[in-house]
Amino acid sequence: MKARQKRMILVGVAVLGVGVAASLALSALQSNIAYFFSPSQVLAGENPPDAVFRVGGLVVQNTLKRQEDGLTVHFDVTDNAETVPVSYTGILPDLFGEGQGVVAKGRIGADGVFYADEVLAKHDESYMPPEVQDTLKTTQANDGVVETTARSVQTATKTVAQ
Amino acid sequence: MVPELGHFALILALLLASVQAIFPLAGSLSGNRAWMTMARPLAFGQLTMIAIAFAALVQAFLTSDFSVLYVAEQSNTLLPDIYKVSAVWGGHEGSLLLWVLFMACWGAAVAALSRNLPLTVVARVISVQGMIAIGFLLFMLLTSNPFERLFPVPQEGRDLNPLLQDPGLAIHPPMLYMGYVGFSVAFAFAVAALIGGRLDAAWARWSRPWTTVAWVFLTIGIMLGSWWAYYELGWGGWWFWDPVENASLMPWLVGTALIHSLAVTEKRAAFKSWTVLLAICAFSLSLLGTFLVRSGVLTSVHAFATDPARGLFILLFLCVVVGGSLALYAWRAPEVSDGGRFDFVSRETSLLANNLLFVAFTVLVLFGTLAPLIYEAFDWGKISVGFPWFNKMFLALAPFLALVLGVGPAVRWKHDEPMRLVKTLWWALALSIGVLAVSYLPAFSGGHAWVPVGLALAAWLLFSHVAIVRERLKNKGGLTKLGPALVADLRGSGRSFYGMVVAHLGVAVFIVGVTMVSNFQLEEDVRMSPGDSQALAGYRFEFLGAQAVPGPNYMAQRGHFKVYRGERQIDELHPEKRAYLGGGMPMTEAAIDPGLFRDIYVSLGEPVGDTGDWALRLYYKPFVRWIWLGAILMALGGVLAVSDPRYRMARASARKPAADTAAARA
Repeated sequence: MKARQKRMILVGVAVLGVGVAASLALSALQSNIAYFFSPSQVLAGENPPDAVFRVGGLVVQNTLKRQEDGLTVHFDVTDNAETVPVSYTGILPDLFGEGQGVVAKGRIGADGVFYADEVLAKHDESYMPPEVQDTLKTTQANDGVVETTARSVQTATKTVAQ
Repeated sequence: MVPELGHFALILALLLASVQAIFPLAGSLSGNRAWMTMARPLAFGQLTMIAIAFAALVQAFLTSDFSVLYVAEQSNTLLPDIYKVSAVWGGHEGSLLLWVLFMACWGAAVAALSRNLPLTVVARVISVQGMIAIGFLLFMLLTSNPFERLFPVPQEGRDLNPLLQDPGLAIHPPMLYMGYVGFSVAFAFAVAALIGGRLDAAWARWSRPWTTVAWVFLTIGIMLGSWWAYYELGWGGWWFWDPVENASLMPWLVGTALIHSLAVTEKRAAFKSWTVLLAICAFSLSLLGTFLVRSGVLTSVHAFATDPARGLFILLFLCVVVGGSLALYAWRAPEVSDGGRFDFVSRETSLLANNLLFVAFTVLVLFGTLAPLIYEAFDWGKISVGFPWFNKMFLALAPFLALVLGVGPAVRWKHDEPMRLVKTLWWALALSIGVLAVSYLPAFSGGHAWVPVGLALAAWLLFSHVAIVRERLKNKGGLTKLGPALVADLRGSGRSFYGMVVAHLGVAVFIVGVTMVSNFQLEEDVRMSPGDSQALAGYRFEFLGAQAVPGPNYMAQRGHFKVYRGERQIDELHPEKRAYLGGGMPMTEAAIDPGLFRDIYVSLGEPVGDTGDWALRLYYKPFVRWIWLGAILMALGGVLAVSDPRYRMARASARKPAADTAAARA
């Protein structure tokens, strides 16, 4: 009987410990996750106003501009429906380029510019982040994009499928 | 012709694997000796077939046979020969073939080195390995055949991803795969033991060296990956908590728990069903890692071009393996008596704590890695989990692990007196509290709270292990004969003990590295014109400009830096930005001045304006080498432990197998 009580206490302590640990881990998680929004969702105001989130899409051609200090860049990100201006200070990943898929993490400013503190790097030129891929597809399905963009999306999809 | 030969060899390997999965196992259950003896030749045949297939693929790469689709995608005539070989595992299909090759190697190694094991056990282990081989060979032949032809044949291939054209990455995947696949041996032993219903100390002793060797490979593989990311990705980090990194870390964590729990099972015949469960989990997590990498369900910087069919196949395979082995476990494990009682103050308790902490951390990493999938499944939005969360979880558990780690090896099995422990360890504790106090001073810690904690824990590990070694040698003839006693110990059965000590000291070294680099590293993104100087951490970086330099299959912009400490020039650094001719992808080659106590790291960002200015990264990384040094020590410890003559008793007694089995049973 005594051994059994001992074991029950042990099990109780273990369950309690796991419970506490799990709740701590989960509450820590809440403050460390970044949701993903497409430019259309951002313009519709679906994103949290003060929290860090991610925005992704294609970098619009001819929008990449470097500021005076040489380290701050501005570019527009589009899901082929809407665009969001992005500002980033630092060195861009090697595979960053106009017309390429990109995911930026940061906050939106009062001026409507997305201030990124991280721009996702990728290892392979034919890779497209799945979120970006999904956004482009949904936009294509919903809004019936103009023909040229639709074609470019198809090529993007094809490259990924390879 | 040769590629078809390779393809044909793979099909034959699949047929052999099917025979291997069925007959030896059936023989072991029905007592058919002839069927059981088929196991070893089948394992060798399997290796032969897959080696032929692998050689065929290597040959296709070396001769730049672009009629093979995979070669055309991964290689290029300009690629240096050494990278043509490493390009074989540069993509999905080839790395899968490498994986299968290693699996066949492990299988053949088991067949060759298991002369002392009962035939039924060998037959079952090899059968289980055959089943795993069937899964992977089917996967390869159905969804990712490396020998698929391409018509019309292109003149030139697409070139290997430039990131992979690097010696570090040429050997990183093979090491990692050896580790992943190595756990299939531990898995096969566990499943074979469950089938036979014989889970005992002998089983633990047989699977221990295999598990440790697999763990050593995985440790080295992860270390190489971290080192490679540090110097090749150009942003100076050593761990990113990327899903794919986590995928390799999880089997390592469970594998580490497994090594320790196997020790308990071998020495005390306790934790038996727990050990089996860990063995199953270690391999399942290896498979899960493969699934995460190949299916592309998670956003990761490790992008294999993906294909839903592949993801689905691995998911199904994962379900069969995990489901099947867990069902077997549920059926058989209750029959296993968990013998070997122990008191609260005992080695068993501390190893239990080790296991719980490792498993808890694995669960957290698994949760953090899969959280984006969970959120998406419940339609809560698309999320990514930031690395600060993983860091927090690591910091919440690691200190406890380090504390237990200092005590565990000092405690005796089954029962120990707390006073004896205090007598052994008090001065180690006092010294580490001293380290804590000194490093708490602002002059040392710079106000970072984790600095004193990390350094004190490292000191605790160092001193407690000195105390533990001292205790062991004291019992072997006193401190006066320390040298001879140590040598005798290393010659005899002490190697696994010293392996343990070396590996644990590796943890201490690792902790120092992580603590120092996380708290004291300096990073600066700057724009510099030729002739500019920039000061960082007491060093002065002079930028002399960048110029175009041709390479074998790329054009590079090569920067020129002089680094000064005071007035003395300590090094010249030449970071590069390469544009490969085969593909449009630029590549950053960082230049590093390495040192045991600090690295100086420069990488080129991008050219700015037309006056020769560059955006640059300048880093100062104190003690960063200690992170990998720690991992190397851990791996060395593993090697030392495996070389223990205890495991080789087998060879000596191979001549008298009956006596050996009896000894192993005892």
